[in-house]
Amino acid sequence: MEALLAAIITGLLLGMVYGLAAVGLNLIFGVLKIINLSHGAFIALGMFGAYYLFQYFGLIPFVSVIPVFVVILIIGILLYFIAIRRVMGRQELSTLLITYSISLIIVGLGTFFFTTNPRSIDIPWESIRIFSVYIPATRIVALFLAIICTFLLYLFLYKTWIGKAVRAVSMNRVAAEYMGVNSHVILATSFGIGIGIAAIAGVVIASIFPFTILSGGVYELKSFVICVLGGLGNPFGAIAGGLILGLVESVLSLKIPVGIVPFIEFILLVLMLLVKPEGIFGRR
Amino acid sequence: MTKKYVLFWLLPIVLLIALYPIVTDNFLVRENIFLMLSYIVFASSMNIIMGYTGYVSFGHIVFYGIGSYVGILLINNLHVHFVIAVLCAALVAGVIALLIGEAVLRLRGAIFAIATIGINEAVKSLVANVDSLGGAVGIFMDFSVYDSYGGPDKALWIAYYAMVILTVLTILVSYFVRNSKLGLGLLAIREDEDTALVVGINTKRFKSIAYFLSAIFPAMAGTIFAFKSGNIVPDDAFHIVKSVEMIFINVFGGLGTVSGPVLGAIIYEKLKDYLLTNPTLKDLHLAVSGVTLLLIVIFAPSGIVGWFRERFKVVRGVLE
Repeated sequence: MEALLAAIITGLLLGMVYGLAAVGLNLIFGVLKIINLSHGAFIALGMFGAYYLFQYFGLIPFVSVIPVFVVILIIGILLYFIAIRRVMGRQELSTLLITYSISLIIVGLGTFFFTTNPRSIDIPWESIRIFSVYIPATRIVALFLAIICTFLLYLFLYKTWIGKAVRAVSMNRVAAEYMGVNSHVILATSFGIGIGIAAIAGVVIASIFPFTILSGGVYELKSFVICVLGGLGNPFGAIAGGLILGLVESVLSLKIPVGIVPFIEFILLVLMLLVKPEGIFGRR
Repeated sequence: MTKKYVLFWLLPIVLLIALYPIVTDNFLVRENIFLMLSYIVFASSMNIIMGYTGYVSFGHIVFYGIGSYVGILLINNLHVHFVIAVLCAALVAGVIALLIGEAVLRLRGAIFAIATIGINEAVKSLVANVDSLGGAVGIFMDFSVYDSYGGPDKALWIAYYAMVILTVLTILVSYFVRNSKLGLGLLAIREDEDTALVVGINTKRFKSIAYFLSAIFPAMAGTIFAFKSGNIVPDDAFHIVKSVEMIFINVFGGLGTVSGPVLGAIIYEKLKDYLLTNPTLKDLHLAVSGVTLLLIVIFAPSGIVGWFRERFKVVRGVLE
């Protein structure tokens, strides 16, 4: 019982963070209609951003989310205009390969500069007791950070003019253009925000787990599963998908070997795509 | 219909390259050519599902992995002859492709790509956790197995000859699919699947056949690889980067053409060799290949062969 409670609490905490990593992927898929295969690379960049800001400026990860987000946002907007814009509207293969090549470049430069040695950020905070379960304080803060980011994204998408334009472009790009929306600017912003959120997730993950430049790949694959669970293209569905995945992961690992859990996750991914591609909460 | 000359120059080139290490009896060259031929097999078979049919099978390496495992289990544990093991691997991968295809070929575009990635990861984590399949450390071939093939040295040459035969076979199948009614149907599916269905193409069956054909050759290559190297690890056998290599070679050489993947593979092997051995570039080879891929996708999306075909009408009968 104790173990189950602990598993549920950790599952929800991790699930929220996984969900945050997937939100960006879903935002990009919803608006740009492309699968961003460089998502994991930007998660890893976020991790290293947090690491170096902590090492050289003593910034704790929960502060460094802001500079990391801004830098990655700008990189994203530039990348859109340099590369992605040229393949918008072409076949999936081109967009998949463009984002994959961005990932190769980042990971390639990353292995060159940072090597693949594992790093970690040690924050000397105590554990907090919830019911009868001890949870590291960093995880609690990570949870709140993830909730705040999601809430800010909600405010952005539903309460600002640009957010409205983003939703308009994701519904119908041509119609949005007729209404006077400069769709390239909106697409660039969405891409920037999408990978920016990925980087924030990276920062948050770096405060919990050790990481290398290659770690992003794992979370990218998890993000695929989450997005499909929560419904492709729906940013907030990703949060729900993340919570489900987090719960499934930690509760299942009580009963079966940890190694087999990814197998169940990916089978779930394929089955969801086949049976209910619009996600658990989606309507046809 | 114009006359097709592509096989008249493509096969001799491949055979000349394949003969080179045999004539010079140089095993270092043989290793390089072996890799080059395997790239041709991977890329040409990928081309059938991706180039002709337009389905980006991002996790295609799963069939290579399945082939390696089936092969090594048969050869090592059941002492089945190498050639029969290769054929069995093709059969198993083919049946699996038909079963998986029945489900995932209903998906289109990027969703199909994600589903294939998911299948590859699922199979990888399953294999890595089944103890009778060696778990995460994989399987090592018992060295005494090679005795029945005349020692390890002989076995390496047998693997090489097998790869040469497989390469020729793959190119022939790729050519005949392209120039058959099946190929025309596949191209129609690539251009517009709904229209293809309306004009009376059995899209479901055509796609299944294409998926089947593109799955059996990597599986056979998998068995040959496993036989040659004598060990197999799940992380290597199901490495998604190998799928990307297959895609890259196709895009580089010319997607949807017979000669594109072959030329792409030959150049790619040389390029990779150069990048990995060049002292200044070797640490940056991932980044360099990323930049190359980016430039090709943006500026030359139809690849080398496509580029020539667009500019010089004369070469169209030859370059195909």
